[in-house]
Amino acid sequence: MSKTVMEHAEASEVFNRDEPYVNWHDETLWFVRQKRDKSSRQLPEWEQLREAASGIKHYVLSHLDELLISFEQKAKENGVQVHWAANAAEHNEIVLGLLKKHRIDKMVKSKSMLTEECHMNEFLHKNGIEVIDTDLGERIVQLRNEPPSHIVLPAIHLKKKDIGDLFHEHLGTEAGATDPQYLTEAARQHLRDKFLTRRAALTGVNFAVAETGGFVVSTNEGNADMGAHLADIHIACMGFEKIIPKQEHLGVFLRLLARSATGQPITTYSSHFKKPREGQEMHIIIVDNGRSTQLGRKDFRNSLKCIRCGACMNTCPVYRRSGGHSYHNAVAGPIGSILAPNLDMTKNADLPFASTLCGSCSNVCPVKIDIHDQLYKWRQVLAKEGHVHKSKEIGIRAMSAVLAQPRFYQWSGRLGRTVMRAMPFVVNNALNPWYKQRDMPEPPKESFRDWYVRNRKN
Amino acid sequence: MSSRDRILAQIRQNKPEAVPLPAVTTFKSDFADTEEKFRETLAAIYTEVIAVKNLEELTQKAEELYKGVVNRATTIPALSAWADFSLNVSDPHELETVEIAIVQAEFGVAENGAVWISDRYLPHRVLPFITQNLAIVIPRNALVDNMHEAYARLQDTLGWGCFIAGPSKTADIEQSLVIGAHGARSMVIFLLEDD
Ligand code: SF4
Repeated sequence: MSKTVMEHAEASEVFNRDEPYVNWHDETLWFVRQKRDKSSRQLPEWEQLREAASGIKHYVLSHLDELLISFEQKAKENGVQVHWAANAAEHNEIVLGLLKKHRIDKMVKSKSMLTEECHMNEFLHKNGIEVIDTDLGERIVQLRNEPPSHIVLPAIHLKKKDIGDLFHEHLGTEAGATDPQYLTEAARQHLRDKFLTRRAALTGVNFAVAETGGFVVSTNEGNADMGAHLADIHIACMGFEKIIPKQEHLGVFLRLLARSATGQPITTYSSHFKKPREGQEMHIIIVDNGRSTQLGRKDFRNSLKCIRCGACMNTCPVYRRSGGHSYHNAVAGPIGSILAPNLDMTKNADLPFASTLCGSCSNVCPVKIDIHDQLYKWRQVLAKEGHVHKSKEIGIRAMSAVLAQPRFYQWSGRLGRTVMRAMPFVVNNALNPWYKQRDMPEPPKESFRDWYVRNRKN
Repeated sequence: MSSRDRILAQIRQNKPEAVPLPAVTTFKSDFADTEEKFRETLAAIYTEVIAVKNLEELTQKAEELYKGVVNRATTIPALSAWADFSLNVSDPHELETVEIAIVQAEFGVAENGAVWISDRYLPHRVLPFITQNLAIVIPRNALVDNMHEAYARLQDTLGWGCFIAGPSKTADIEQSLVIGAHGARSMVIFLLEDD
């Protein structure tokens, strides 16, 4: 297998070379996580909302076919054209076909992680189509020729100075300028020109409603609306799991989405599209691309409940200290590490290991996906199927041997504690991957079990 | 087999056993004062809420607030003397020079400061986005507490509708909040006493 991408561990090592930068990345995301906490605490019914959202999504998974058929029928009645794509290639061909039919070679796009997953921009570019990303963060990473590093905050890994330099080069802003207001204004002017001159607009879909055939797109910048309402043709792309049964269920999801993502009570714009405006064509592409396979994996199907809020990334100690690009997948972080092996076990076998399994992701997830349990389960599956690096596999095998025999576990724990105390250099060295970027903890004098046995009687 | 049928067949084969919808999917929010909560939420997202008694007072406030601004558009007939830009255009691109649009909307939501605007009130969907500044007029008694009540009220979304909560914004550059990304740079909400 020829591997051009670095494995997660290697890539995070590179990321970790600049310590102040890593600290800044870590703190910035933690700040977003704290905003989420504050915002969620203002709703006494928060936990019930999560429960309801998870329950609705469970219903969705168990009625997916019916819901999609109803959605399709309603959408058609509304004058929207519906397409189905089994995989990324088919999705990309459909988009290209629509553009060709209208002789359009330039398109504006608002944020869509699905098109990232399908590598659509690259494909269209090769076919002579220019795609301009219009979300500011997406535009920034597009100008840098790199993928987004976060599903909600695509340019979260960049500093003002990086963006100032980039805009100086591409948009002609003053050299050395780093004021976010000034830079945003430059992007506004640059992109306004694109909105006004492009005849096709592509958007993602946050929620599609089976009952009405409509769909909702949420943005803070208004870029989806600027694009769609000015273009002759609006193409909306959705993974089929975006479907929800009824319009009233949007009440649950819209209350959770922005609060979980950024701590806002709602995104600035929640646009409900149902019928094309007069003289406009509206298309929806419903995409599978591995989702139906994941649906069949009992242990992992819950990952299809994801509403892409990014909360699990913001809270993940590994994501915060390794950066989104180290995950070499369109969706990074904990949820990305569950979705990626479904698409390609060989290429993404490293990702379920990019977690401490601390459970923080599952704690914040608005649709209550058992994220850390699924990561743990993927490790077993991947090891069993022979996709795991030898060094990890030996570790896992040794661990399951130790864990399977209580006496051996007690003995080896005692041995470990003694060794670490007497000869710390055995573990505090470069051969132990756990020692990188951290000191090994002082080992306790006795195990919890010994302590428990000693204290139980009092 | 078409991709559609193949996808549906695979879903049927792989989907879990049917479970029912959760019994409770709406919740009550009890704010002591809905209008107060609405104002408070909007203040936090850079939007001023101004109560006006009647259409005369609305016109007067509009004059004051947007003094000297040209390319004023509105969907409210009573403000037609105030406006100098006609929305009677066939191509939405022609709206690119609108500086301020005052538009009628249906209702507001206290928990998040969002107001619902739709095809029912708009000759052009792009208007609230393409205008440099936006003002929205809603009846003072048209406020609901939360999104569940909002959807109960929204029987039909028509062809298109949008919840708008404050001016356009972004924090994509080092998480610094900047108002005015692609949509309106400022937003004002007028609460109109009589209908
Ligand atoms: S898994 Fe949960 S927390 Fe993570 S992005 Fe999806 S919905 Fe948000």
